[in-house]
Amino acid sequence: MDMKKSIGAYLFLLPAGIVLLLFFFIPFFQTIHLSFFDYSNDVYRPSFVGFENYITLIKSPLFLKTILNTFYFLILCVPFLVIFPLFLAILINQNIRFKNAYKILIYLPVVVSIVVVAIAFKWLYAPSGLLNFFFEKMGFGSIGWLSDPKVSMISVALVTIFKGVGYYMMIYLSALMSVPKELYEAADVDGIVGFKKHMAITIPHLMPMIALVSTISSISALKVFVEIYVMTRGGPLDSTKTIVYYIYEKAFENLDMGIASAGAVILLLIVMGFSMLNIFVFEKDKYRV
Amino acid sequence: MRLFEGKINYKNILIHTILIIVCILSLVPFLWLLSTALKGRSENIFAYPPIFIPRDFTFDNFIQVLKLVPIVKYVVNSFIVAFSTVVLNVILSALAAYPLARMDFKGKKVAFFAILATIMVPFQTIMLPVYIITLKLHLIDSYSDTMGYLGLILPFAVNAFGIFLMRQAFMAIPKEIEESAIVDGCNSFQIFSKLLLPMVKPTIALLAIFTFIGSWGEFLWPSIVLTNEQLFTLPVGINNLSSAFSADYRLIAAGSIVSIIPIIIFFLALQKYFIQGSNDGAVKG
Repeated sequence: MDMKKSIGAYLFLLPAGIVLLLFFFIPFFQTIHLSFFDYSNDVYRPSFVGFENYITLIKSPLFLKTILNTFYFLILCVPFLVIFPLFLAILINQNIRFKNAYKILIYLPVVVSIVVVAIAFKWLYAPSGLLNFFFEKMGFGSIGWLSDPKVSMISVALVTIFKGVGYYMMIYLSALMSVPKELYEAADVDGIVGFKKHMAITIPHLMPMIALVSTISSISALKVFVEIYVMTRGGPLDSTKTIVYYIYEKAFENLDMGIASAGAVILLLIVMGFSMLNIFVFEKDKYRV
Repeated sequence: MRLFEGKINYKNILIHTILIIVCILSLVPFLWLLSTALKGRSENIFAYPPIFIPRDFTFDNFIQVLKLVPIVKYVVNSFIVAFSTVVLNVILSALAAYPLARMDFKGKKVAFFAILATIMVPFQTIMLPVYIITLKLHLIDSYSDTMGYLGLILPFAVNAFGIFLMRQAFMAIPKEIEESAIVDGCNSFQIFSKLLLPMVKPTIALLAIFTFIGSWGEFLWPSIVLTNEQLFTLPVGINNLSSAFSADYRLIAAGSIVSIIPIIIFFLALQKYFIQGSNDGAVKG
């Protein structure tokens, strides 16, 4: 390892390094730093308060509610986003006609901005909107999709699911290509067919991918924001207020930067568990030195 | 044998039925928006039962919304931001990935884990300091349009996913190819730019497309930094329609439909990349 070669390597790394330093590493340490200061009295003269912001948050019923809401949201969408796209991928992966047309149409919501998807759903959810028409027809009566605190989070989760299905389906489809064909042929010889064949071969083979999709979709569920910002603004009665929404409100609306940063650190600790699982277990081949 | 074939067909009918239902479901929200956008003033958009094919069919809402809101300007802004973000991501990721994949140098492990660590930290947790730094660097639209654009682009100029994606592509190239070039007297930048870069074109295409889609749809960051309507990107501008035409869903719908046309064209034109290419590398958290 001579020095000249090392300098060459540093030059290659420099441009990305500057960007990451300015817009990642400095902000990262600043988040931690800010979380120890109180900005609520005077934005220009913060005072050091140690862990007080964290204590305030843990004691705050609203913050605890946003944590519960976030995990409720996660439980609503993650199982569906792990299982349903897998089911679709297996269906599409059969040798059927119009394969590509199905893939394109199911993937379409992924490329459309979440803002537009949320606006489209807000319209479907309108009190005398399309969804309520069908629900009334079926005898369920009119539902307050975005106005009933008991339903609102489910309505938000449906949007996230709608936007995510195609994305995870494509991930499964590429993983399905790596399942050796011989295994299916062997199963045919043994007379194992249909659903059983997939339980015996496809699912075990895709286990690493299923685990990966679980963690990726969990991480993005923990970060949910735009759907909520566009459709409910955290309401009604804080029923859709999630951690990121809370941080956003504290940081950019209340200018309470200390509390916002402490909230961000808590979110970071929650997310980190999931991402470490990803990096060091499920995708360790990709991230090996 | 005949019986067996019959069974397969029966099974396929079931599969097609399920897939067609899912396809319809993924179109309905957009089609309903389109139907609303095409309904004229005299038609009740809350009609019961709902009317799918507009009776008072008109393009007026589209003309109106294009007149009242600078959507074309939003499209241009989104394009400038997405295109620049793509170019920077491709260049910076490729540059950073090359030594990580191919060179031995002091501190390689440190650099590697530093970049890896960034994957674990969501943007949402650091957005406040990123905003403070962006303000300090004057990268905001109240300074000038250029600074405004840069403020939208630079924080997303490179990320760990892109670097690791490119690194994997470089690692897949046999070492011998490089060694023969070294014998020929090429320096490492020449090897990188003339020899290796052309060999990873498919990965570059993948990175470019997914970065474009991501940047085009990005809402959180632009909504934080943008103040000047002339610099709004599409998601910010479209979200703003709701407050501009609070009660008039015809116009909101028309604006939303216009806003998705460019990305749908982009998607359909490059669909083969999405169909083949949504593989392991393009997975983002």
